[in-house]
Amino acid sequence: MIKTIISEGLPVDEQLLIRKKTIRNGNGNKRICIVTGTHGDELEGQYVCFELIRRLNENRAFLDGTVDVYPALNPLGVDSVTRGIPTFDLDMNRIFPGDPNGHLIEHTAYKIIQDLKGADMVIDIHASNIFLREMPQARINVKMSAKLIPFAKMLNLDFIWIHDAATVLESTLAHSLNVIKTPTIVVEMGIGMRITRDYGNRLVDGILNMMHKMGMWNGPVTKHISKPEISNRGEVFFMNADVSGIIIPSVSHSVDVRKGDLLCQIVDPFEGTTLQNVLSPVDGLVFTLRTYPVVYEGSLIARIYSEKPG
Amino acid sequence: MKEEILFTMKSPYRDDFKIHGFRFGEGEKTIAIVGAMRGDEVQQQFVCSQIVKNLIEIEEAGKLIAGHEILVIPSANHFSMNINKRFWAMDNTDINRMFPGYDKGETTQRIAAAIFEHVKDYKYGIQLASFYMPGEFIPHVRMMDTGFQNIKLAKKFGLPYVLIRKPKPYDTTVLNYNWQIFGTQAFSIYSGDTDTINKDTAKTAWTSILRFMNNMKIISQNKHEGHSSYILKDSDLETIISNQSGILYALKGAGDEIKAGDLLAKILDPFTGETRSSILAPTDGTIFFAHHKPLIHQSTVMFKIVRF
Ligand SMILES: [Zn+2]
Repeated sequence: MIKTIISEGLPVDEQLLIRKKTIRNGNGNKRICIVTGTHGDELEGQYVCFELIRRLNENRAFLDGTVDVYPALNPLGVDSVTRGIPTFDLDMNRIFPGDPNGHLIEHTAYKIIQDLKGADMVIDIHASNIFLREMPQARINVKMSAKLIPFAKMLNLDFIWIHDAATVLESTLAHSLNVIKTPTIVVEMGIGMRITRDYGNRLVDGILNMMHKMGMWNGPVTKHISKPEISNRGEVFFMNADVSGIIIPSVSHSVDVRKGDLLCQIVDPFEGTTLQNVLSPVDGLVFTLRTYPVVYEGSLIARIYSEKPG
Repeated sequence: MKEEILFTMKSPYRDDFKIHGFRFGEGEKTIAIVGAMRGDEVQQQFVCSQIVKNLIEIEEAGKLIAGHEILVIPSANHFSMNINKRFWAMDNTDINRMFPGYDKGETTQRIAAAIFEHVKDYKYGIQLASFYMPGEFIPHVRMMDTGFQNIKLAKKFGLPYVLIRKPKPYDTTVLNYNWQIFGTQAFSIYSGDTDTINKDTAKTAWTSILRFMNNMKIISQNKHEGHSSYILKDSDLETIISNQSGILYALKGAGDEIKAGDLLAKILDPFTGETRSSILAPTDGTIFFAHHKPLIHQSTVMFKIVRF
């Protein structure tokens, strides 16, 4: 069943529609929610929605409970290749928990939270941005880590990044749900404007595995669930460009590198010269890698997770 | 006046990005003024340019009061302004969500860090700010309720209103908040418009800033007293939300005084021109904010009204 949770008038003819697909079976009262499309240029979650619903449709009898899938929290953005909310130029993941008496987008945010509230687990799928490729990973606020890590481990991911509590992240969907005790895990994977089918399949396997462990799914589950690295056993290193120029990569994504390995070169195509050799400061795992070639001073090039700090 | 380059960054192919600072006087770091940090803040940049122009004249007339240093940064994001973008040209991030900045971080964190390094330690900080919703305001001073704010000082601008509002989570990364946390008395001046220049409200804004400097004995250039500012909280404003979408046919704008029952605007059917909704004033008051794009969404803030 497809249910419309928001319908608001746009200036000419059209309605702003936010919809969810509900798949229910059995008598179980467990409910999980899959949400994505908050950032209109992140599309990896589209495949996950498709594939999860396809598999559930084929094996409905194995489901005991409710799966709600929200493929596009920002439908205007997804349908117009716009990361933020078109016309407002706002990052939709900075307006939660919203406000019932506020502006259109604030009360839209409020209604979304009301709809998700009370779920047994919410998976909020992101796909980086158009610049960076991300290894399949969960992002968890340190304050919620005790509760969420066991679930994140079920999702067939490679990495769990426990990040510090930052006030600016308090206006995200995930934080707003976690504080009202609706457990929510942010999954980041792949890259903006593309679908990486392999990552999508892995996450669907992971979601079904989690549902199985939650007692909502007794259908087929893959035996090979990835054991993710967890960031609190080491340190995350950020590599930013020292100079503006064009990046020529030397390593591929998701590889282990040694201290001193060349990650990429920043070059000047005008002069045919190398402006910076970007070297890994540590032995570690490249879990974020820039693919977009143009950089300014400060542009993020890579994030490396190293088990042995220093 | 000394014009300085406060920050330079090379771009792959564009001309270098430079932040210019205009410094007046010497001595105690008394007041820093920051203009456009977003590419659509043309009114804010215009106001700053008028302050620079006035300060040059004031300096030539010998009316800067000795012992004070004034720094004006009219524009911190012309890389976006020059190409009609609101946020940072490359990655669409907002410089005013990056304070206090980080000089080893991402590009806009570095820009914010460079700005903050130059504008912190001043006694007073003024930012020419804009609102995320399209519309016009009555020119006013805004302060965040951080516990450090000094309302008495805000009244020295002589603007009709001072609005005190509670910070939201993302406010911890804006310039105004960080100024206050680091000990500067910080004010945001809302000067009416954003992406167009309104000469009248711009003049109100730059006059109020010169008035503040005169009242604080930083310059000696008498201005008429201005208004005895009315102090408002967000909750003092009555908000009218659109109950329909369509073409907005506005009859009243920011600054207009209204009586309960007055027709403020109509929302028209975009195909037939028929009136879908007549927006009536719920109370006597003054319009503080008015949406002013020709098209309006449903459930959008149309007006904010100060009740009499
Ligand atoms: Zn995202």
